[in-house]
Amino acid sequence: MNTEAQLSHAARSGATLSPSPHDFLGIDSLLSEEELLLRSTVRRYVEERILPHVADWYEQGTLPAREIASDLGRLGLLGMQLSGFGCADSSATAYGLACLELEAGDSGVRSFMSVQGALAMFPIWAYGSDEQRERWLAQMATGEAIGCFALTEPDSGSDPASMRTTARRDGSDWLLNGTKLWITNGSVADVAVVWAQSEDGVRGFLVPAGTPGFAASDIPRKLSLRASVTSELSLVNVRLPADAALPGVAGMRGPLSCLTEARFGIAFGAVGAARTCYETALQYSGERNQFGGPISRFQLTQQKLVEMMIGVQRGMLLALHLAKLKDAGRISPAQVSFGKLDNVRMALEAARSARSVLGANGITLDYPIMRHMNNLETVITYEGTHEIHTLVLGQALTKQSAFG
Amino acid sequence: MRQRHTHAQRRSSVARRDLPFRVAIRGRRQHNQGVKIAVCVKQIPDPANPGRLDADGKTLARDEKLILDESDSYGVEMALQLAEAAGGEVVLVSMSPTGEVGGIRTALAMGADAAVIISDDALAGSDALGTAKVLAAALRRTQPDLILTATESTDGYTGTVPAQIAELLSLPSVTFAKSVEVGSDGLLVRRQAEYGYDEVACPLPAVVSVTAGVVEPRYPSFRGIMAAKSKPTEMLTLAGLGLEPSEVGWTGARQRIIDVSPVPERGGGEICEDDGTGHERIVALLEELKVL
Ligand SMILES: Cc1cc2nc3c(=O)[nH]c(=O)nc-3n(C[C@H](O)[C@H](O)[C@H](O)COP(=O)(O)OP(=O)(O)OC[C@H]3O[C@@H](n4cnc5c(N)ncnc54)[C@H](O)[C@@H]3O)c2cc1C
Repeated sequence: MNTEAQLSHAARSGATLSPSPHDFLGIDSLLSEEELLLRSTVRRYVEERILPHVADWYEQGTLPAREIASDLGRLGLLGMQLSGFGCADSSATAYGLACLELEAGDSGVRSFMSVQGALAMFPIWAYGSDEQRERWLAQMATGEAIGCFALTEPDSGSDPASMRTTARRDGSDWLLNGTKLWITNGSVADVAVVWAQSEDGVRGFLVPAGTPGFAASDIPRKLSLRASVTSELSLVNVRLPADAALPGVAGMRGPLSCLTEARFGIAFGAVGAARTCYETALQYSGERNQFGGPISRFQLTQQKLVEMMIGVQRGMLLALHLAKLKDAGRISPAQVSFGKLDNVRMALEAARSARSVLGANGITLDYPIMRHMNNLETVITYEGTHEIHTLVLGQALTKQSAFG
Repeated sequence: MRQRHTHAQRRSSVARRDLPFRVAIRGRRQHNQGVKIAVCVKQIPDPANPGRLDADGKTLARDEKLILDESDSYGVEMALQLAEAAGGEVVLVSMSPTGEVGGIRTALAMGADAAVIISDDALAGSDALGTAKVLAAALRRTQPDLILTATESTDGYTGTVPAQIAELLSLPSVTFAKSVEVGSDGLLVRRQAEYGYDEVACPLPAVVSVTAGVVEPRYPSFRGIMAAKSKPTEMLTLAGLGLEPSEVGWTGARQRIIDVSPVPERGGGEICEDDGTGHERIVALLEELKVL
């Protein structure tokens, strides 16, 4: 909707301004023509290619990762925020809007984009050698090659510095040993960015699929993010040449900087999931009749709808503000934590509330809500749990660390 | 929407007529210039939003954001595929009375190279023939080897503009194409028919209307979206085309819209209890409807 045109039309015709339930604050007017076209393009892609299938993928616990990769590659969304190597050097806003629209479809699809662009391509782009960039980035941008990001381990989650995976020198080679757990795209990846302890701190390594000693197996029985591949990676004496290490970074700064990139996208993505829940509840409540009329006429239902709408709009303003800071090069990791924490919390609340508006229908895969609600349990956990982001913000306020 | 075709095929060919302009495709390709394809596209109100009529109650309100008519996206896709295969360029030609360009940007973002937009207050109220005159005048300047259109617009549904353009330009007209091949001596078009498809050969230039659904329109890529704004976009007025305002718009229209009225509400239907004779009532009803 072109809000500007609407407003001026309304002003001309003297009609009372009545905000749209879909863009109550007229936030669309903050977006450029290109941003609006990108958004409508990704939204159409999701409506045409994702939504008709995602309930089945979810039920079966699968994602056609190769297909999604080449679709997103053709759309130009993989690594779009990076420059060179076929990447589009997009604004943070454009990148965020793409995340938002994908996650309005399913958090699993947005996770695919986040992992590929922010967690796998970003470290290669930022810390890789020219050879590493040449080898991987262009084909990752088109989706021909898929990447994954392996930081978490069975005994090392919120405290990744405690990781046990090691990289030992053996002559000029490296030998990697350890286990990584909860790795998105792990078993479908052509290259894994594996973080391991070395003599000079935590280093990143590019491990191509098929390297002897390197194996991936999928984690079964998930009840969340089911339309996404989540794997365990095992590394047993994986021998890598000297140039497999990312030369540009050592220490926890490496993986943490990637996470800041990805979390920024989640601040937008969560708004998409929340929007779907809100809009589904809004429509449903107008059509579902009980006690002789639509349930939308009950005060209690209206309160739920209003809280959801306010949450979505506020979350959007927050995300767009963060994008502005990011484009100006003035964003801090703690500000990104603010966005991830508040918008995912908002989305989860909206999903639960929308679920109740749909009654029994809300628990099925015929409606998107419970799928989003379950997905958001992952989103509130990965990329730094809600608690960890609270501690990040607490530390920023008090200058006191409450982690240990 | 894609129709199954049977083996029934008919071959026919459209005679080369006296052409006002002719750019031999063979000549062009020998000079490595490739084929120049014009696609006529229309911007329409988003069908997803409830339509509104203008204050006069006779035309669709177009004061909100317009989008690329989906039925035009097939012609754009086909043109892009032909230009990619044979080398060449794709130029969009569009009449946009309000000066809106949002929908044309979508087609540029898909990959079209340039756009010619005719915008003039006097265009409001143009009927199909008026539209065809304007597009034909713009196409005469553009000098394409091939002109693609949709079979009909989603908001107007007259379906007459493609043939009118061809007539005004004295070009062969091929309608309802399901596939188009550009060969060294002209076009080979498969045209959709109820019994299968016709194979039609015809010289270039020609006007071909493309059936919706025969190709899968690509999504604009992010790069395409960013590039769209800086692609050459020529804005023309009627004067720039050498057309008189009296030939087009409300004044030039030979079609008069007498009235536009809403579709009558559906009646409640008939509910009959089956007391064992229900089948008789069904047969009687089908006979009333003359389907038996
Ligand atoms: C579907 C899915 C996909 C994932 N994809 C990836 C991936 O691609 N790559 C990757 O590396 N990882 C991935 N992860 C892992 C994810 O990042 C971790 O699950 C997350 O960091 C939390 O770690 P944990 O699960 O070990 O929980 P723990 O760290 O054990 O935390 C358990 C609970 O304790 C709380 N807690 C921990 N420390 C503190 C503290 N100091 N103060 C207060 N509370 C605390 C946590 O907030 C949480 O509530 C994924 C996870 C899931 C579920």
